[in-house]
Amino acid sequence: MSESGFMVRAHGVHKSFGLLEVLKGIDLDVACGETVVLLGPSGSGKSTFLRCLNRLEPIDRGSIVVDGQQIGYRRRGGRLVELPERRIALQRRRIGMVFQQFNLYPHMTVLENVVEAPIGIHGEPRASAEAHARELLGRVGLADKAGEYPRRLSGGQQQRVAIARALAIRPRLLLFDEPTSALDPELVGEVLAVMKDLARQGMTMVVVTHEIGFAREAAHRVVFMDGGVVVEQGRPDAVLGAPREARTRAFLNRFL
Amino acid sequence: MSAASEEPADVTEAHRPFPWGTVLSWAVVAIVAAQAALAVATNRNFEWEVVGEWFFHPSILAGLEVTLGLTVVSMSLGIVLGVLLAVARLARSRLIGGLAGLYIWFFRGTPLLVQLIFWYNLATLFPHIDLGLPFGPTLARFRTNDIITPLTAAVAGLALNEGAYMAEVVRGGLLSVDAGQWETVRAFGMGRARALWRIILPQAMRAIVPPTGNQLISMIKSTSLVSVIAMADLLYSAQAVYNRTFQVIPLLLVAVLWYLLITSLLNVFQSMIERHYARGEVDRAARAAPAAPEA
Ligand SMILES: Nc1ncnc2c1ncn2[C@@H]1O[C@H](COP(=O)(O)OP(=O)(O)OP(=O)(O)O)[C@@H](O)[C@H]1O
Ligand SMILES: [Mg+2]
Repeated sequence: MSESGFMVRAHGVHKSFGLLEVLKGIDLDVACGETVVLLGPSGSGKSTFLRCLNRLEPIDRGSIVVDGQQIGYRRRGGRLVELPERRIALQRRRIGMVFQQFNLYPHMTVLENVVEAPIGIHGEPRASAEAHARELLGRVGLADKAGEYPRRLSGGQQQRVAIARALAIRPRLLLFDEPTSALDPELVGEVLAVMKDLARQGMTMVVVTHEIGFAREAAHRVVFMDGGVVVEQGRPDAVLGAPREARTRAFLNRFL
Repeated sequence: MSAASEEPADVTEAHRPFPWGTVLSWAVVAIVAAQAALAVATNRNFEWEVVGEWFFHPSILAGLEVTLGLTVVSMSLGIVLGVLLAVARLARSRLIGGLAGLYIWFFRGTPLLVQLIFWYNLATLFPHIDLGLPFGPTLARFRTNDIITPLTAAVAGLALNEGAYMAEVVRGGLLSVDAGQWETVRAFGMGRARALWRIILPQAMRAIVPPTGNQLISMIKSTSLVSVIAMADLLYSAQAVYNRTFQVIPLLLVAVLWYLLITSLLNVFQSMIERHYARGEVDRAARAAPAAPEA
């Protein structure tokens, strides 16, 4: 477990796609129960960094420890050994992820979507998995949609199902990549409300978003990235209210 | 511009003009079809009474059974093989992907007729089949002629060939699934096998079923090639009869009618499968029916 009190410890993370260096040495620690919002202009590497946290992307240099485990590797006799995909899958089992495009399983009902991982991956009995799923659907305000297929739901409803699906694995860490960017403006609020609840209840979350309001209200810390480095970070009122760096100011001015 | 001054009327008050064009074209087609049907039905040269006489004749039904049996068994094996090959082709391992590619290249690139003859004559090339370790001791030895009968040669030839075509059908289906789905199952830590079986293949089925229907129908007719290795399928049975009686056209009609009958049944079956895999889709299913005759 993370006896250090940190859920995520990322140090000197470098990542290139071919010749393009996208992450140029990112350091980021996330405390247990903390909600961190990643802000930054398009192409600054926010999604890439998020995907490195559960090793959807391998990193080139540095180290990432999630919940006490170095993600993608293990130690054997003092040497670091790369894990095969099958073993990395085990490390990912308590890291939930919510995607911009929801990525629900379209051929399954809402309830089946939510219980798929608990039953199929975590070996939970169906009865308790379904009870838990119904409780989670109630929490995101969709108790009556359990039997519906995802494509018949609005975008906001789909994203809330996706959040319930991520919660169903009893995650230690939740990653959000622009969860409201594909939504019509009037549907953004319902998704953010669910996320604010989670933040209040002490879920550890890393959220990439352009919703400054959410960052101000729900985040414990705001991290501003640009050009593959962390430019500035701190409490929301400090970074958003009185940014020290010119790049941060320039970015935030666009939202005024 | 004059209409602009009028009050806009409620659309429920609108009346539809009578669809003269549609009615007329249906009528023309109906008349032509009736005429053609009558011409065929009353033409003495088709010898319909001979068709009726042979349609349910035991030798024809035996041939039908061979055709259907070979089709079902070879197609089932071919589908399983095709799924395995398609998954192998998309595997991360270059070796596995390459081997699957080589298989597909070879079996699609050579005539089925030659493959059938090859399997049938396997005994002349390899009189014995040994099971054992490579370059090591032999654990079991079989005489090829005991294993390769006309039936096993036919099934092997048809199934191995079909597997190569089905592999590409399945691969196309797998590629049609949104990449975000793979990303999601990886993020959840789902194993590859389970992800394929539970998440990816069910979605791929929508793209896999229609061309598989095609493959199946073409397989029914490919089975007629097995007559070269002494299997009496439907077409061969009909030919065997007219070689004696010289009633060529009516017996070919018997075979043709049976083929059409099976194909029609398959079309119905296919639309049922397609409806199943279209669940969760928003109203695109209705238009995605196979080319079945209008009910
Ligand atoms: N798989 C990939 N292959 C090649 N280049 C990539 C890949 N993924 C991302 N990139 C590049 O890396 C850079 C950073 O991308 P990333 O998606 O992390 O940015 P982002 O901060 O999330 O931007 P946005 O706000 O637009 O989502 C971009 O220039 C992008 O083109
Ligand atoms: Mg992004």
